[in-house]
Amino acid sequence: MAEFALPKNSKITEGKTWALPPAKPGEERQVRKFRVYRWNQDDGKTPQVDTYEVDMNDCGPMVLDALIKIKNEVDPSLTFRRSCREGVCGSCAMNIDGGNTLACTKACEDIDGDVKIYPLPHMPVIKDLVPDLSNFYAQYASIKPWMQTQSPAPARERLQSADDRKKLDGLYECILCACCSTSCPSYWWNSDRYLGPAVLLQAYRWIADSRDEMTGERLDNLEDPFRLYRCHTIMNCAQTCPKGLNPAQAIGEIKKLMVERRG
Amino acid sequence: MANVERPLSPHLQIYRWPVTMATSILHRATGCGLAAGTVLLTWWLVAAAAGPDYYAMVQACLGSWLGRLVLFGFTWALFYHLLSGIRHLVWDTGRGYSLAVANRASWLVIGGSVVLTVLAWILAYAWK
Repeated sequence: MAEFALPKNSKITEGKTWALPPAKPGEERQVRKFRVYRWNQDDGKTPQVDTYEVDMNDCGPMVLDALIKIKNEVDPSLTFRRSCREGVCGSCAMNIDGGNTLACTKACEDIDGDVKIYPLPHMPVIKDLVPDLSNFYAQYASIKPWMQTQSPAPARERLQSADDRKKLDGLYECILCACCSTSCPSYWWNSDRYLGPAVLLQAYRWIADSRDEMTGERLDNLEDPFRLYRCHTIMNCAQTCPKGLNPAQAIGEIKKLMVERRG
Repeated sequence: MANVERPLSPHLQIYRWPVTMATSILHRATGCGLAAGTVLLTWWLVAAAAGPDYYAMVQACLGSWLGRLVLFGFTWALFYHLLSGIRHLVWDTGRGYSLAVANRASWLVIGGSVVLTVLAWILAYAWK
């Protein structure tokens, strides 16, 4: 049964405010408040939201720029994942302004009011903005995300027509940032058994690949009231995907194949 | 590290609802509402079979302002669930998944259900 309220150890309280030092004479500032979720296992406290003031005249445009500035200049204990800073690696996925996205491609100026930052929703928190993605990765491994064949290997690569290759557009671009899966209420309530949009999009990516020869087995593995059919087309996945992909549609295609193969 | 009970990050508490999320949960809520409403309908049918006195009592209950309010809600739930259900049928054919279409269809289902409900009640009162 879905648990709508946060457990006791996860309730959020108001934390510290990190105000800017007084402005120097003649210094022009554009101050914004960043309200950031904080939790660490050492101080024995429940999660808190800290408020950081940042002068946007002295900061890069993206939310990640502000987070890095805070970490470098204000509070080195602030913890988050980041790597490529250009929307390719998926490390800095977090909940910003109520939606899941990549901090590196989300512009501060696209957000009204205070910038509210939380970890990806309904996940165990390791520290601050770092969620534990172990279950997500295990689910990804469960769909065997690699090409499986039965026919003997040809002397060269397995070729694919341009048209067949086109079928993978909108699927292969996924960077596994987990924004979509952690935006999905079905995944919130059933992540122990429902694979979630990201993993199902990847499952479809291999089903749709003309070179893969295990389509039947892949569909067998998904034919389950929970693994696939907890998708109720809520569409949060497509609404939130920072790469503009549409996992809901991929899941719809899998459901169609399930019906079609029944004949 | 292993023995720490990790907090759960906030979800419903902080998530900004896209319209498709609202129409999805409304589909489920109206589905539950319809089940309850069908019990009401059954009660009315049983009352009709139970005799004129009991039927009159049930008619009075359903005809009261509270009864009418519940029936108005039942009508809306029916139309909402119908329109949203048609939308799910279209989805099952693999169409209507693009964000633009999905968002527009969400508003159509919401607006359409309200319009149809009001129309049905105007017709019902006009017929009387």
